[in-house]
Amino acid sequence: MFGLKSDWSLELPERYFTLEDYEGGVARWCPGCGDLAVLTAVQKILRDEQQPPEKTVCVSGIGCSSRFPHYMHTYGFHGLHGRALPVACGVKSRRPDLDVWVATGDGDCCSIGAGHWIHATRYNMDMVVMLFDNAVYGLTKKQTSPTSPRGLKTNTHPMGSWLPPLDPLCAMLGFTNVSFVAQTVDWNPVHLHATLREAHKHRGMSFVRILQRCPTYTAAVFEELQRDPSRLLLLKGDDNVAVDPAVMKIFPNQAEHDPSDIGAARALAETGSQGEKVPVGILFRDASRPCYEDFTMQGLGISAEDKLAGLKRELDKFAV
Amino acid sequence: MTGDTGTPVAAPLEAGTAVRLGELIVEIVSDSGEGAQKAGQALGAISAKMGNGVWTVEIIPAEIKPPARSRAGASGIRVRIGSGPMTNMGDEAGLVVALNEQVLYGRIEQRAYRPGTVVLLESKWKDDQQELIRRQYTEAVADFRARGLVVRELPLEEACLGVTSDPRVGKNMFVLGMLCRVCGRALEKAKEEVAFVFGRKGQDVIERNHRLLEAGFHFAEENVPERFEVPPAPRTTDLIVTNGNQAVGLGVMAAGMELVAMYPITPATSASHYLSGAIQKVGGVVHQAEDEIAAIGFAIGASYAGKTACTITSGPGLALKTEFVGLAVMAEVPLVIVVVQRGGPSTGLPTKVEQGDLLASLFGEPGDTPKIVMAASTLEECLLFPVTARRLAEAFRTPVIVLTDANLATGVAPFPRPQVTPDWFAPPVDQSAWDPAVEPFAWDPTTGISPRPIPGQRGGEYVLTGLAHTRRSKVAYDPDSNQRGCEARSAKLRALQSTLRPPEVYGDASGELLIVGWGSTRGAIEEAVDRARAEGLSVSSLHLRFLSPLEPGLGEIFARFAKVMTIEINYSDEPDAPAVTDENRRRAQLATLLRATTLVDIDCWSNVYGQPLQPRQIYAEIGRRLERGGN
Repeated sequence: MFGLKSDWSLELPERYFTLEDYEGGVARWCPGCGDLAVLTAVQKILRDEQQPPEKTVCVSGIGCSSRFPHYMHTYGFHGLHGRALPVACGVKSRRPDLDVWVATGDGDCCSIGAGHWIHATRYNMDMVVMLFDNAVYGLTKKQTSPTSPRGLKTNTHPMGSWLPPLDPLCAMLGFTNVSFVAQTVDWNPVHLHATLREAHKHRGMSFVRILQRCPTYTAAVFEELQRDPSRLLLLKGDDNVAVDPAVMKIFPNQAEHDPSDIGAARALAETGSQGEKVPVGILFRDASRPCYEDFTMQGLGISAEDKLAGLKRELDKFAV
Repeated sequence: MTGDTGTPVAAPLEAGTAVRLGELIVEIVSDSGEGAQKAGQALGAISAKMGNGVWTVEIIPAEIKPPARSRAGASGIRVRIGSGPMTNMGDEAGLVVALNEQVLYGRIEQRAYRPGTVVLLESKWKDDQQELIRRQYTEAVADFRARGLVVRELPLEEACLGVTSDPRVGKNMFVLGMLCRVCGRALEKAKEEVAFVFGRKGQDVIERNHRLLEAGFHFAEENVPERFEVPPAPRTTDLIVTNGNQAVGLGVMAAGMELVAMYPITPATSASHYLSGAIQKVGGVVHQAEDEIAAIGFAIGASYAGKTACTITSGPGLALKTEFVGLAVMAEVPLVIVVVQRGGPSTGLPTKVEQGDLLASLFGEPGDTPKIVMAASTLEECLLFPVTARRLAEAFRTPVIVLTDANLATGVAPFPRPQVTPDWFAPPVDQSAWDPAVEPFAWDPTTGISPRPIPGQRGGEYVLTGLAHTRRSKVAYDPDSNQRGCEARSAKLRALQSTLRPPEVYGDASGELLIVGWGSTRGAIEEAVDRARAEGLSVSSLHLRFLSPLEPGLGEIFARFAKVMTIEINYSDEPDAPAVTDENRRRAQLATLLRATTLVDIDCWSNVYGQPLQPRQIYAEIGRRLERGGN
């Protein structure tokens, strides 16, 4: 019947993962925190792609958003402030089989960890880096962050912060060997999910800045963007984030953008950094950029015999 | 004629008569970039291949290109050749080749010579165009002779000109040839060595250097009356010759390390240089990180993912890594950290030796961070300790610091070739299913040890955290969890200590004075103890390899000696300095540690001149102490 071969066997997947399989402890973020939406989006992507939880590693630094790994039922590394990226790169260096996600905040990534940020971009190892940008230090209770808008009143700048904010997209698009830069917002779960999914598909360091509301300390910072979508610019095109037409309708401003055009990406980031036409979608993507793990993986799986032979050759060099 | 160290001192001789010596210390000093080190290394290698004991140490100025003809710019090498094994740089040199008189002053200031030391001095300066240089040279030669040095003025550069058009480049091989003749080294062995050293550069280069070598050899035959012989002792084991950093590199490979993450720092970097060209042969990789912090973070990431990793650094790098070391202790990530110590504090003396990072290694992090700390005392241990450290790191799920120092890093000597077997390597990553009933920190109540889930192991999913945590690795702010976690991590050191043997006393098991040392000073201490004991002094020594946990049985050993003191290369107040009392005296680092743990009134003698300790200094100190004891 149906021409089945005699050695026919039923190849059902041995395991099927549901959302629950990726859910860790109950999230302890503040009610209304934008981090919750990101958590859900990531769990959905892993479920959709049937990624085994034990093959997934979430690495974070310190800060509100860096609690992320605790709320996932995967392997996790909740390390030091600013140091998520070196750890994540180390994980990937000799374990290319692991799916690595990095959760980092604006203080963690753009301030104390800024040096690593530049170099991790240059290493371009295959991982998703989610920048939870709420423009403030939340965990330590409202200090100015490098992305705080000028004039934001915080406990370290009670009269308002002095300097213009650092724009992570402009920075990223200036770093050597950048391969994927996108921006999305926590309050549009469809766009958030679709953007992260594109990031996950990309081989290389996929950097997604997520404009993320902090209802406790910076409720006002993204309020206008949320209320007035005309301040946002939806990037669309064959090669950009695809969302449902119903969702697209939310955005009065839309622009075709080819993510292979870094010049155009930089111009979009620059305009967005002024607070007008803040771009959402993929600004830049280049899958041809070299990935550092292609070098660090060398010699993976060498046999003990070959190791011994190699070592003996080395010792011979020093023989008397 | 005999020096105060018992070594015969060279004296002017009839040409052709060779003096047989038990050992000979040779130096080559020059401006930076004249190839003195290459020539000296070759002399050491030739001697080792002839069966001699050898210890070679480089003389390195702090700057890459210091001004020519300056005392501070003295660059070069010391080669100590002996009949038996050589474990340290020894005392004063018996023979030195100096390419100008000013660099020789640099070494005289370091007390490198004694009356009777033969100086083979480049004489071209006496006809220099500059009057100042001519005067400096003439005055110096007279001064050297007044100091008792036996100066032979030799037109080295001119002699080279017959063989090469650019003596600046080739003079070192000429000097090597000369030294081979003076020190009784076989020319054929020297030619083999030169062919090996320049092997990659092609036959032309080898031949040019062979001509220089032969020219130097024959020049010495005609112009240098001195001839020495240091007969080799027969040996039975296979030997290899490396410096301490190469030994560390070989040890890292022999341990089966897959990843070395580093950031350039003197004097540790050459270990990574060596590994960068070699580790791929054992399937590993060197990652040059963007900074010291990232280097250890990268290594910790790889280790968390089940791959054996290490980081190699020096004191300032260790300081930067502190927070990550604390995380590795807290979250129980196996990691080997090699610290090649240099002079401190701060940037300190980058190229010089100090044993100043002991307490920083033990107690450098905030909070209680028990970890294993070992110190290599020989080149062989530089190779073997990374192997032991890797195993301990995994067995005890903790970082292990392996301390070496600039003296070991640059010292070159032959030592037994390790007989590596595949069980030296780390086993492949375990990816079998994990029993979810076993918590990620299932601390054994006695040993504190717990098995570690590795990413990829189904059922073992957990979130590593530097926050206080439960056995399930859940963040816990309750007082009990933190207390329990600290107890478990502390128990691991007790458990390791229970597996260690009490250290062996060198010399009699009891007596007047016990010297306790650690790290690279072992050879010099034991040589001094031998010398003192030969004169009937009641002194023994003890050398510690494990500093955390300390080796067991120390209190009992100390009780068998009237006096116990440490000898170290780190700072301590002189006991008779102004206003120093027994209460406020700041003691050397091991002394501080041993006093705290054993309650024995342990004294110390230490300094931070940046020089390896010489046997004669230690011998003199032993004499002072025992005299003091007789008061």
